[in-house]
Amino acid sequence: MLQNITIFPGVDKGGRQENFDYITLKAGETVSIVGPTGSGKTALITDVELLAQGDTATRRRVLVNGELPPDEIRYNPALKPIVMITQNTKCFADLSVEEFLQIHARARKIDDRQVIRATIDLANKFTGEKIKDDYKVTILSGGQTRSLLIADAILIGAAPIILMDEIENAGIFRQEVINLIQNTGKIVVFVTHDPVIALLTETRVIMENGAVKKVLRQNELEITAAKNLLEIDKKIGVIREELRAGKAITNELMAVNFAS
Amino acid sequence: MRIAFLKIDVVKAFEDLELNKEFGILTRKVYSGDLCPDHAEVMILGDTVDWAENNAADLLIVESAGLCLRCSPYLNQGLGIIVLSSISGIHTPEKMGAMVSLADVAVITKIDLVSQAEREVLIQKIKEVHPNIALMETNALQGNSLNRLYDLIKNSAAIDKSNLFLKGNPPLGTCTICVGKKEIGWQHHFGVIQKLDGPIAEYLYRGE
Repeated sequence: MLQNITIFPGVDKGGRQENFDYITLKAGETVSIVGPTGSGKTALITDVELLAQGDTATRRRVLVNGELPPDEIRYNPALKPIVMITQNTKCFADLSVEEFLQIHARARKIDDRQVIRATIDLANKFTGEKIKDDYKVTILSGGQTRSLLIADAILIGAAPIILMDEIENAGIFRQEVINLIQNTGKIVVFVTHDPVIALLTETRVIMENGAVKKVLRQNELEITAAKNLLEIDKKIGVIREELRAGKAITNELMAVNFAS
Repeated sequence: MRIAFLKIDVVKAFEDLELNKEFGILTRKVYSGDLCPDHAEVMILGDTVDWAENNAADLLIVESAGLCLRCSPYLNQGLGIIVLSSISGIHTPEKMGAMVSLADVAVITKIDLVSQAEREVLIQKIKEVHPNIALMETNALQGNSLNRLYDLIKNSAAIDKSNLFLKGNPPLGTCTICVGKKEIGWQHHFGVIQKLDGPIAEYLYRGE
């Protein structure tokens, strides 16, 4: 049973020691990692994904439940407690959607035959462009690929730690994804440039020059701010659809109900 | 650690120059030309071990093109390593035959280019060919997971050069194409033959 993971410091891009003792993430915790492009956000979640033991460029180490993870957890996908959605929007495997998921289910030792159907159905909830079983994964659009990989991570990966790298990109229904994975008892980590996601998470890790600069806890004001941003977000969505349908802006359309 | 490196290729190779320039290690190359690269390796490897030894090398790396995939150049000693790019194709582990199934270690490169799911699909394919292979998922740009490979190499046993054998079985040595006959059609050939509509003899072989 996964209770927590602990990240121990490594070095920044200049080889200088990172300035924190350790960061512990507990089951059920939501985390965002923010910072400019090139600041080391992806490298940090990659360290978690690989359960780094000083053997990555950052030299960080990651413990599971306070202990050194055994090799089989690190190298056997069936035992790996981590799924990661990378920024890749392309699959290279010459396989159909169904075959791809079947092999991945074998890799993760999932016997449930319904899981393939359920994964494709779930993926179709994240994207407006329908994914069919017999599509080759190579022809899927960026949005379809990421929708499929997220559904795959949730149902086939089905791990207690989910790492998501910039899910706001590539045209998927990100709110659907967030709703689905919050309150599941998992550790959920978002690398993000999206203020809504950043403010909705309980812990915020700020990166700079390859190192963790600081770790912030969500406060009351931020929760309110997140709600307001969500309102704006919804409003933008409505306006987008109205404009796409050929309508004009009205006063009513412009109004936003802010919480205070 | 003092390293000697040999590249065996068919037509053209640059690795000897590149590795010598970047790491200052001892390098050589051999072109196999009309001979298959694995055959070339069998011919020259004894001398190569002497060359590495005479230059006080602790580690000898032999990189072979290993082109036809029928044989594989792995030996009964040392580490046999297959290097496979993450995007080399999902059926590649099955297609490469002995090159994967007789290897000790598979190094998957460029893992930053594919999703975790796709990487795990490729790993599953490799494991279905060779369940006990040691797998390394690497990204040399960031140096991820390379330490594990370094440790395996550092801890590998010293070789006994008087007892070096090919790990796999070489192919039949009775091929008329291999001995230079150019005529088209099975009538002109003996040994390993095949018509378009199936074999003319069991195991595609005639003339024993």
